[in-house]
Amino acid sequence: MQHHLVLRVIAKLLFAPILLFAFYVQFHGDFGPGGGFQAGLIFASAFVLHGLLFDVSSARQFLPDRLLQVGAAVGVLLYAGTGLASVLLGGNFLDYDHLAEAPTSGQHLGIILVEAGVGITVACVVVMVFRAFADHLPCLREQDW
Amino acid sequence: MNVTELVMGGDAALFMSGMNAHLLDFLASGYNYWMAVVLMMIGFYITLTRSNLVKKIIGLNLFQTAMFLLYISIGNVANGTVPILTDKPGALYSNPLPHVLILTAIVVGIATTALGLALAVRIHEAYGTIEEDEILDAEAGDS
Amino acid sequence: MLFAFLIATALGIAYLRHLFAVVMLAGMFSLLSALLLLSMDAADVAFTEAAVGAGIATILMLGAMALTERQEKPLKSSMLKRLPALAVAGSFGALLIYAMFDAPPFGDPFAPAQVHVAPYYIEQTAREIDVPNLVTAILASYRGFDTLGEVVVIFTAGIGVALLLGGFVFRERSK
Repeated sequence: MQHHLVLRVIAKLLFAPILLFAFYVQFHGDFGPGGGFQAGLIFASAFVLHGLLFDVSSARQFLPDRLLQVGAAVGVLLYAGTGLASVLLGGNFLDYDHLAEAPTSGQHLGIILVEAGVGITVACVVVMVFRAFADHLPCLREQDW
Repeated sequence: MNVTELVMGGDAALFMSGMNAHLLDFLASGYNYWMAVVLMMIGFYITLTRSNLVKKIIGLNLFQTAMFLLYISIGNVANGTVPILTDKPGALYSNPLPHVLILTAIVVGIATTALGLALAVRIHEAYGTIEEDEILDAEAGDS
Repeated sequence: MLFAFLIATALGIAYLRHLFAVVMLAGMFSLLSALLLLSMDAADVAFTEAAVGAGIATILMLGAMALTERQEKPLKSSMLKRLPALAVAGSFGALLIYAMFDAPPFGDPFAPAQVHVAPYYIEQTAREIDVPNLVTAILASYRGFDTLGEVVVIFTAGIGVALLLGGFVFRERSK
């Protein structure tokens, strides 16, 4: 804990706001710049920041690897499942008009679901990739940098 | 005959006086495209000549980013705004289609970059080097 | 002006051999290009580029660098051997620039790219989808199939990295 004390305190302070900002970007993507891709990256960057300054194993306790693998697949399935649901409700694949009573609210629902799928997959894959690299890294000494 | 000469002369004079403006117009009409091409070629050159695999991947990334800039330049509309609908009537929006394509391309680009870097790491584990010529030497020594 | 910075950064990347500096310059390059994208009205793209290029890509490259080598070895090939590469890159670039003399001028609202399908998206989004951000509307709805493909690519790349670097935990099950 003696190394990078300032950085660690700041990282702890920033962790929750970054996650909150990720959710803001995710759900405000319909109205302003943003969306699933960006939100996923920002969400993942919070964990990457944590992983850089603390050891990865502590982050594993509440975001286990298994969850990441499942999450990456669930995102894709949520996306494709939204498409399939619109087929089952009588439309074309990924044609959200039929998801709700009015076409526009169906579109809203479809876009939210699809963006959620994108966000989950991107966040999980980026954290997974970061951990794959971090696991290989032997503990770096100060003079290595 | 006389008239034609007059017209020709007038044209030439007009051309001379307006040349600076023409030149500026001409530069402004293609500046973004050309600069993107220059960047693209720097990335291409790095990828071709460097033997370090990480450097090669960075060169590819340069190439890719330059391509994004070119694409967004094509979609730009003079005096347009960000393609987010406003209530203002008659607002001119930039073309949102290139934005969509490039947005997904960026994220796919980082995913493939990560894959390339992972391959470089594995190559380093197998050969002890990521210099292309040394890997080729090691391959030749094996066989 | 930003292009001048970008080209200077790119040349720096080409000439420096210390990989740490090169990775930092690559991050700077991304940030500068994000600024340039923003100045060309592409807010969403600039946002993504800043998050990817200056954040995740830099960290991944630092990780890869720490796992491999910090210093690029000096090139063994002489300048003469690199001349063909320079010639190829130069002539290819010159050809592209020559081809672009025929391109519509920068910012032309009547360029073919602007009058094909984009007006439909801009005019119909308010009625059909009712989402203010056109980029989101096209990304998720009009071109949803495209985006599905992209997400699958990202998923596959993640699996690839995990398989290459051994991030998958199948050990528990095999015990």
